[in-house]
Amino acid sequence: MASAYLDFIRIRFLMMLAYRVNYYSGIVIYAINIGAYYFMWKAIYGSAETLGGFTVAQMTTYIAVSWMARAFYFNNLDREISNEIRDGSVAVQMTRPISYLMVKMMQGFGEGLFRLLLFMAPGMIVAILIFPVSLPTDPLRWAMFFVMIWFSFLINSQLNILTGLFAFFVENNEGLMRLKRVLIDLLSGVILPMTFFPGWARAILDWLPFQAITYLPGSVFTGRLSGGDAWNALLVQFVWFAALIVPIWLMWRAARKRLFVQGG
Amino acid sequence: MLAIDVHQLRKQFKVQKNREGLKGALLDLFKREHTEVTAVKDISFQIPQGEICGYIGENGAGKSTTIKMLTGILVPTSGRLLVNGYVPYKEREQFVRGIGVVFGQRSQLWWDIGVIESFRLLRKVYRVDEADFKRRLDELVETLQLGDLLNRPVRKLSLGQRMRCELVAALLHQPSILFLDEPTIGLDIVVKTEIREFLKKLNREHGTTILLTTHDLQDIEALCSRVIMLDDGRIIYDGGLEELKERWGKGREVQFQFTDPIPLAAVSALTSGLDVRWTKENEVTAKVWIPRELNVSDVLSRVVGSSAEISDIKIFETNTDEIVREIYRTGSPEAKEAVRG
Repeated sequence: MASAYLDFIRIRFLMMLAYRVNYYSGIVIYAINIGAYYFMWKAIYGSAETLGGFTVAQMTTYIAVSWMARAFYFNNLDREISNEIRDGSVAVQMTRPISYLMVKMMQGFGEGLFRLLLFMAPGMIVAILIFPVSLPTDPLRWAMFFVMIWFSFLINSQLNILTGLFAFFVENNEGLMRLKRVLIDLLSGVILPMTFFPGWARAILDWLPFQAITYLPGSVFTGRLSGGDAWNALLVQFVWFAALIVPIWLMWRAARKRLFVQGG
Repeated sequence: MLAIDVHQLRKQFKVQKNREGLKGALLDLFKREHTEVTAVKDISFQIPQGEICGYIGENGAGKSTTIKMLTGILVPTSGRLLVNGYVPYKEREQFVRGIGVVFGQRSQLWWDIGVIESFRLLRKVYRVDEADFKRRLDELVETLQLGDLLNRPVRKLSLGQRMRCELVAALLHQPSILFLDEPTIGLDIVVKTEIREFLKKLNREHGTTILLTTHDLQDIEALCSRVIMLDDGRIIYDGGLEELKERWGKGREVQFQFTDPIPLAAVSALTSGLDVRWTKENEVTAKVWIPRELNVSDVLSRVVGSSAEISDIKIFETNTDEIVREIYRTGSPEAKEAVRG
């Protein structure tokens, strides 16, 4: 059984490779994004030494690493799930002795691995050559980072699955998916690190799952969180991962009950 | 043992109602109204192992909904169902190992990868032993002549090729029940025939129980010993195909072509006393309708034995298409008595 799930990862990886133009344009898009944010932040800093507790060097590294994390955790599971629900092909998948949501997770993972290895690794090398990115030398911190972006992937995919499953209950969840996408980019720390938000907003954001997606792994990687704080960040991620299983399970159960396959 | 046992099965859907006009749309924004639609209304039937059963009905009669409940996709609103000894929606993952499903209008193969890759993936999904898989695949590839298609991606296959691959995909794990939802839709006559032959062989050699929905009654004539007919969510006929023809077949028609023009009254006189109806096609051709109770030969002997010279005789049997159209048109009243059990 496990080997079937591994195969779903492999096949998604191969499928991504099959569309070459997508691949090349992806690298360019990531390089442009990192560059654009780098120059924007440089302009904002001006002559200032630190902003929001970040030095220019830390900020540069933070940008590079948060895009690297994003390459891995980002996927379109919400859109895939909602399309499959709306065109009814979810029905076919239900006739297989395999968990639909697990298959989706695996496909997302295959996609993430592909982006990480083939978009981000070359993208990072280019970024390091052009911009003053300083990578940590401590192997423990690297290890911690990879564990944390694994959880970023899980939490982000869980949110995507929740958004996608809404297609069972509403006729069109396009707006919801857009909302989710903006929320994640804005509130997870890709566009703006958490420390730049005003105090009252931070207090709210501390209780939301978004910061666990980008901000926490980025902070550990750049060394802004270390020692006990870093372990704490990992714990926060784990708690969110565990907590999000509950609504997914409830929603899936409710969906099975009222599953209405289009074109019946 | 019964392959499928369905008892008082019912499925209701909630459908959103869209109110009219701007005001209605604004009201909909805050409070939606729903209507309940009952797609399947308390149906019961049993299918023993090894049977090929046709499941027919007009669009929207509830065929696909039934199939989806039988395959564990939909949860029934009420009623009991047992397929292969399982309650499909409860023990879904265990249950689906023993069944194969083909939806004519949806592919279960992965669009972008080679057909063989899909098969290999399915082997792992169903945990089929490598040796069993090879043997089974070889057998299926040979009977369905897929040899050179295996490495092509699904999106480059024609519909006929795809459908044959779908059948292989549904059968790799040797299911004991096969559900087919319009398997021949959109196929040309050659492929249709091939698929029918294949299904017959499958049933004969492996004893696979087959339940198929179709709009093509030739599928039914070629394959099924039994037909279940559905109308508006209710079973209006369940029984043999021959019985169906006998019960609803309105008799036969015989067409005579005479060498000389003959008036209708003259031919009617030939069969006086018999409950038949003559119609005139043209100057020299007349048709007689003979009810089922009457022997065709009685009528024939009277006409042939007369002085009128006959150049040609044709006998028409009412075909299934006409019978079914007639049943759909008249609906259930006279059908109710025909429901078995």
